[in-house]
Amino acid sequence: MANKMMIDDLNLYYGQFHALKDISLNIQEKEITAFIGPSGCGKSTLLKSLNRMNDLVEGCKITGQVTLDGTDIYRDLDVNLLRKRVGMVFQKPNPFPMSIYDNVAYGPRTHGIRSKAKLDQIVEEALRGAAIWDELKDRLKKSALGLSGGQQQRLCIARALAVKPEVLLMDEPTSALDPISTIKIEELAQELKKDYTIVMVTHNMQQATRISDKTVFFLLGEIIEAGKTDELFSMPKDKRTEDYITGRFG
Amino acid sequence: MAKSKEKIMEIVFLLAACVSILAVALICVFLFANGIPAMKKIGFADFLLGTTWKPGNDIYGIFPMILGSIYVTVGAIIIGVPIGLLTAVFLAWYCPEKIYKVVKPAVELLAGIPSVVYGFFGMVMIVPAIRYNFGGTGSSILAASILLGIMILPTIIGVSESAIRAVPGSYYEGSLALGATHERSVFRAVLPAAKSGIFAGIILGVGRAIGETMAVIMVAGNQARVPKGILKGVRTLTANIVMEMGYAEGLHREALIATGVVLFVFILIINLAFSIIKMRSEKE
Repeated sequence: MANKMMIDDLNLYYGQFHALKDISLNIQEKEITAFIGPSGCGKSTLLKSLNRMNDLVEGCKITGQVTLDGTDIYRDLDVNLLRKRVGMVFQKPNPFPMSIYDNVAYGPRTHGIRSKAKLDQIVEEALRGAAIWDELKDRLKKSALGLSGGQQQRLCIARALAVKPEVLLMDEPTSALDPISTIKIEELAQELKKDYTIVMVTHNMQQATRISDKTVFFLLGEIIEAGKTDELFSMPKDKRTEDYITGRFG
Repeated sequence: MAKSKEKIMEIVFLLAACVSILAVALICVFLFANGIPAMKKIGFADFLLGTTWKPGNDIYGIFPMILGSIYVTVGAIIIGVPIGLLTAVFLAWYCPEKIYKVVKPAVELLAGIPSVVYGFFGMVMIVPAIRYNFGGTGSSILAASILLGIMILPTIIGVSESAIRAVPGSYYEGSLALGATHERSVFRAVLPAAKSGIFAGIILGVGRAIGETMAVIMVAGNQARVPKGILKGVRTLTANIVMEMGYAEGLHREALIATGVVLFVFILIINLAFSIIKMRSEKE
């Protein structure tokens, strides 16, 4: 498998706070990579570095390099184009307060698609891609805020898919959802990895074992261990990884 | 002992609350009790739709004044809303801390200036500018609209800014994450979400503009006739009452009170619209 994104010697500071330390990691194409670790370990911070959402944080400073297909995303790539190619799904579902259709069409419209027929087609494809077309096809004009939490999150995934990203970042996408919705999102992620590279932050170790190919364990801003999910969970090389996955802390 | 003290305080609070309700009730009774009979005497249609106002001949048609109030209010909206809304967006999403510390108090100060001072500013700045550039006397719908447009700015800016700030940051982030620029995210994701709050601000501004008296009298010309262009003078409902109340008696006086009734109904409609929009936004 090819490397889709490569992180090389990344250091990130929030003001004086050294949030990520010497991170080097390869994200492989069409796989699910899970980031696990206790709260405040830097996993979400690293995720946000991959589509430069950290740019919004005042006093955030980054050294090192992150590349997407070999292009340096901090120096050689327009940030809006980067975010088109590297989509994101947030922890709390955040559909816009508009219709379901307009939510999904928001991204394509942003990138200049005006034709109604083309938009219709993209919206349908994206909703099918997020496995929510059958539930929503008769209420596309209704407000997205009327949907359940799980539906809202899948709508947000559809919205992200509508701009045809290459990588999909998911920041604890199921932590605000009930178990049934969680399973649906997990199944969806499994389905999506055929076409997309997925990086998922999760608090839930069972979730990581269920769906991810690679797992990366973070502690206090450092990568302690990274490897194939089944190996990392069955034979952790580092004592700290073992302590964490067996529930001794965190 | 403590119990009875509590009871007494409760009554005191109730009385305090009653004062404002009583004030509204008394105003309503006074207005309608005096105004409605006058309208009857003049004839409802003659009063509301009559285009001639000649108290000397006992002709009381306030249609020109109704139009006048509507014209200057619409003018104020056309001038005040775009400026106010863009200022609110600037304050909430673009303004650096340092500039904010200057602009925000300045806008608040704008709200505190007495309307007679606005009127004076209009008389010495706006009216001559219009006279110089477009001819005529300068006292006109245009002058009143510009002045009222400035006067409603603080209301529109204040209410819109808080509405924009109340929009969850997740909408903005969600939009950015789709590859939208800062501008697009603010105008297409954040602003639509603040829509009802912004409308509420505009409606409050309308209320302020339609009720304004002193500043308008000083720049509007006050001719009681249907205006034939924005450079012509105009008399509003409020101006009509203030200018003639001093010497009016008999039916003339009652006709002025009836003018107040019409104004009051306008304000009622505006407040009703405001509550409906507020209720709707809370439901969302």
